[in-house]
Amino acid sequence: MLSLKPIAHPGSRVREVAEVGASPHDRYVIEARGLNVYYGSFRAVKDVNLKIERNKVTAIIGPSGCGKSTMLRAFNRMNELVPTARTEGEVLFHGQNIYAPDVDPVQVRRRIGMVFQKPNPFPKSIYENVAWGARINGYQGDMDELVERSLRQAALWDEVKDKLKESGYSLSGGQQQRLCIARAIAVKPDIVLMDEPASALDPIATLKIEDLMRQLAENYTIIVVTHNMQQAARVSDYTAFFNMDEDRAGYLVEYGPTAEVFTNPRDKRTEDYITGRFG
Amino acid sequence: MQSKERMVGGSPEAIDLRRKVHIGEALIQGFLFVCGVISILTTLGIVFELGRESLGFFTRQVWENTDKTLATAVDPDSTELSLSRGGTGIQAGDLIRIENEIMRVETATGEVAIVVRGQQGTEAVAHPANTTLFRGRRVSLLEFFTGSKWNPQIGHFGILPLVTATLITSVIGMAVALPLGLSVGIYLSEYASDRARKILKPILEILAGIPTVVYGYFALTFITPLLRGVFGQNTVQIYNMASAGLAIGILILPLVSSMSEGALSAVPRSLREAAYAMGATRLEVAVKVVVPAALSGIEAAFILAMSRAVGETMVVAIAAGQGPNFTLNPFRSAETMTGHMVRISGGDLSYDSIDYNSIFAIGLLLFLITLSLNIISQRIVRRFREVYE
Amino acid sequence: MTIQQLSAPGLLPDQSSEFVNNLPSRYRLALFWQVAFLASTILGIVVLTALLFNIVNGAFGLAAVEVKVNPDSLAKEGVPIEDQSKEQLIQLLQETLKPAVYQRLDTEKPFDKRSRSEVYALVIDRVVEPKVMQTWPLFDSLVHRDEVLAEIAAKYPEAEVRFLSWINFKFLTTPQSSQAERAGVRTAILGSLWIISITIVVAFPVGVCAAIYLEEYARDNWINRLIRTNINNLAGVPSIIYGMLGLAIFVRALEPLTSGAAFGLVEDPTMANGRTILSAGLTLALLILPVIIINGQEAIRAVPTSLREAGLALGATRWQTVWAHVLPNALPGILTGTILAISRAIGETAPLVVVGASTFVIRDPSGPFSKFTALPIQIYQWTSRPQAEFRDIAAAAIIVLLALLLVLNVTAILLRNRYSRRL
Ligand SMILES: Nc1ncnc2c1ncn2[C@@H]1O[C@H](COP(=O)(O)OP(=O)(O)O)[C@@H](O)[C@H]1O
Ligand SMILES: [Mg+2]
Repeated sequence: MLSLKPIAHPGSRVREVAEVGASPHDRYVIEARGLNVYYGSFRAVKDVNLKIERNKVTAIIGPSGCGKSTMLRAFNRMNELVPTARTEGEVLFHGQNIYAPDVDPVQVRRRIGMVFQKPNPFPKSIYENVAWGARINGYQGDMDELVERSLRQAALWDEVKDKLKESGYSLSGGQQQRLCIARAIAVKPDIVLMDEPASALDPIATLKIEDLMRQLAENYTIIVVTHNMQQAARVSDYTAFFNMDEDRAGYLVEYGPTAEVFTNPRDKRTEDYITGRFG
Repeated sequence: MQSKERMVGGSPEAIDLRRKVHIGEALIQGFLFVCGVISILTTLGIVFELGRESLGFFTRQVWENTDKTLATAVDPDSTELSLSRGGTGIQAGDLIRIENEIMRVETATGEVAIVVRGQQGTEAVAHPANTTLFRGRRVSLLEFFTGSKWNPQIGHFGILPLVTATLITSVIGMAVALPLGLSVGIYLSEYASDRARKILKPILEILAGIPTVVYGYFALTFITPLLRGVFGQNTVQIYNMASAGLAIGILILPLVSSMSEGALSAVPRSLREAAYAMGATRLEVAVKVVVPAALSGIEAAFILAMSRAVGETMVVAIAAGQGPNFTLNPFRSAETMTGHMVRISGGDLSYDSIDYNSIFAIGLLLFLITLSLNIISQRIVRRFREVYE
Repeated sequence: MTIQQLSAPGLLPDQSSEFVNNLPSRYRLALFWQVAFLASTILGIVVLTALLFNIVNGAFGLAAVEVKVNPDSLAKEGVPIEDQSKEQLIQLLQETLKPAVYQRLDTEKPFDKRSRSEVYALVIDRVVEPKVMQTWPLFDSLVHRDEVLAEIAAKYPEAEVRFLSWINFKFLTTPQSSQAERAGVRTAILGSLWIISITIVVAFPVGVCAAIYLEEYARDNWINRLIRTNINNLAGVPSIIYGMLGLAIFVRALEPLTSGAAFGLVEDPTMANGRTILSAGLTLALLILPVIIINGQEAIRAVPTSLREAGLALGATRWQTVWAHVLPNALPGILTGTILAISRAIGETAPLVVVGASTFVIRDPSGPFSKFTALPIQIYQWTSRPQAEFRDIAAAAIIVLLALLLVLNVTAILLRNRYSRRL
């Protein structure tokens, strides 16, 4: 049996995530324990317990405004950039609570990268976009090689190899987003957080991003927020369904292998959401 | 439930997330903070220096001519002075000064005064007959605010003439700038085509960028002759407040128009459309819907303009005239607070002189007036923002 | 304002007798006010035109010039002075000038080192000594030319009529003088440039750093709120108050530093005082600091948050993100704001008067510890003189000042365009 913390919200049904993985020792890479996030006095995320498995794609789904982005940003302390935001509870990463007082958010973000909803390349050359993060983090190796490798991993190399000096903004939206992914993986993070990475893109670009996520899962752990049910079903190994309570606070309703959550939801609310009855 | 062994993470190559001391970062942040604090130091400096020198102004010994003279000569050790008739009376406890010697009056009866000689480090010396007596006193706040003569050198400390001149030039300036500026603002925001706006706004910016000393030149060499031509050479003096006031009006017009335009165009489109949809004309939309909705923004502009007008210096220094003059006639010459400060400090002003102290006292008053106006204006702007943002 | 108050009765008056057709009168009113608004705007333009016209009007025009010595009388053996050799001209100077004056000119620059045209200019200036008796504004000179000429003929029968441009090469390159014909703005321009350089060197980095602090680092606590409110209030303090601050702090309290005495940089320490270029520059720096900070904050705020998030999500520190992404993108805005602030500083007069601009400087400023004058100061002093010629050279100085401002603003626009294109 798996260890699960007592379920905090009376309604959550967190399936034990089991079976897969070789060594149980490093099977989970990050875990939220009793996580609450507030904006001022408003609680946006309520009592969330969630374990994320290594080298898998985990999708966070749920209705708009239920705190998916907030939850995601709690994994690399990005919420701190909002002056009113406050976090309670723990997020364990390699056994360390990233919210412990002696932890440096800069170190956390170096290992837990992020890709945003709208592509946001730096207004610099394509090369510089990828190289910058590695350089500031003290990368000693061959920069050209790193840039090429990252762009290849992001399935962008062939499209940009002849125009590395051009501005990141000269690319199409989908290419820009892949550039942002290349940029994120260039610093070799353990986890890549993606907040609706394809929602601003056309269907074809979206498909490319989805393929890319599957490929990246071989080397990285990916947590992706999406409001697109098909996308979650297509790309993710695990799915966490969030909903909000009457105070608009988001909580985890159901969590488990994607196939099960989608075909055999244990919770009525999950079923309603997946079948499109609300949300 | 087997729990503890199945700790999350804990991979063999344990990752160190601990905060490293970023000395560089801390230094930079410290330096940036210091730069931010400089602005506070500036304010403190202003308040402290103006306050200190003003305090010096109100506590210093000033010597007032009593119009009395020594009736007979006195020698160094005589303590009895016989004085001429007339002039202001002298009382026991007064400090008096004859030439460079300061004395304290013990008793004073009519034309005879018993004094203690050689006070405040001065030396008792002989004084010839007919030397003038000066009486020491301090400037009171009451005198400062209600006296109608200003001439610190001879003991007149009433700031009223400077204040009235400031008021008159500012009021004239406002009378020009507010209606015109608001009209321009309304025209730009409600009537002008995009193309017209693209041409007109830079013109206003040019107007706003011209140094004030140029407006002073303009007032003196253009407005004044114009006024004298219209109202007659005898009515309008060469240096006069009206000309300075008009130039101030032109000078603050761009401020009023651009701030009003900003406030007017911040009014949401939906409000205009609602009014149009009920059959209102463009004027009715502009004047009865948009202007009231932008009122607090416009008020803020007006008050800021007032503060600018009160603090404006070069125009009045050049065109309004030199020398304090307690008059309400705008065609007469009179010195404003700022004009006086510039003229006095333009000479070789020696520290600790009464002039030096007095301009700081005027400066403090000016600072307080403009500060209150600015604070009021900001309050109003904040209220305006709360409504529309 | 409620809907009822806003609405005027309907468009179609015949629909119901409850409404009267007041549309024509409403349109008349609307037209009247539209014309009034437009007229105000046009008035603004007219005033600007009048202002510029007035300046040009003063700086150029006809002048009646009388000479002390008729140049024809200086001809030697039938050779007019225009054609005389340098040696002849020097001899002429030696004969006509007072020995002391000749000696002084020689020590300023030995005669044999001067070119012929320089010596010739000296002869015209010192021997022929043209004197402007009266000037007429440009407008009269052009439109009522005949009347002006008649007037000159009547009033100054001896005089030569010249079309004079007060603003010319000599005006730009000679120092101040007590005679309008000889006066120039060289020292004033140099003074202004020195002062402004100090202002920029101090105010730009400090202002930008303060803006970065407030936008990127400051939390919402009392001290930062205080700084913010304080900056807004400082921006509204009249400039003359800054002059008093400068007088009390830089000129008086810090005299040993601002006079240069503490650095041993003054020739005569007993004469040194704090009324120097350095004090003036620092005073103006304090004056424009709030403007630079406020503009800088706006420019930094305009950089999208997504860029900061992208930087931070890569594990960059605050400063790395600011330096690499926020500042480069805010730079065009910061530069534009700074140049606007500097334009303001160049035209500021009152604080410089209070800080102690010298009334008469003929030596070029040699450094931060020199006495100073500046263009606006010169304009103020010349305008304040009753003689018409001084008003005219004030107009010429104004043109120089406005030209300087124009150059600055054009630079601002070019800089902004260049940097924005690189993005
Ligand atoms: N910066 C913020 N300040 C205050 N409230 C916020 C902020 N960001 C998000 N919220 C609130 O938190 C809740 C969750 O937001 P979010 O995490 O963005 O939801 P989702 O991504 O699921 O749509 C929403 O009610 C939203 O209004
Ligand atoms: Mg979201």
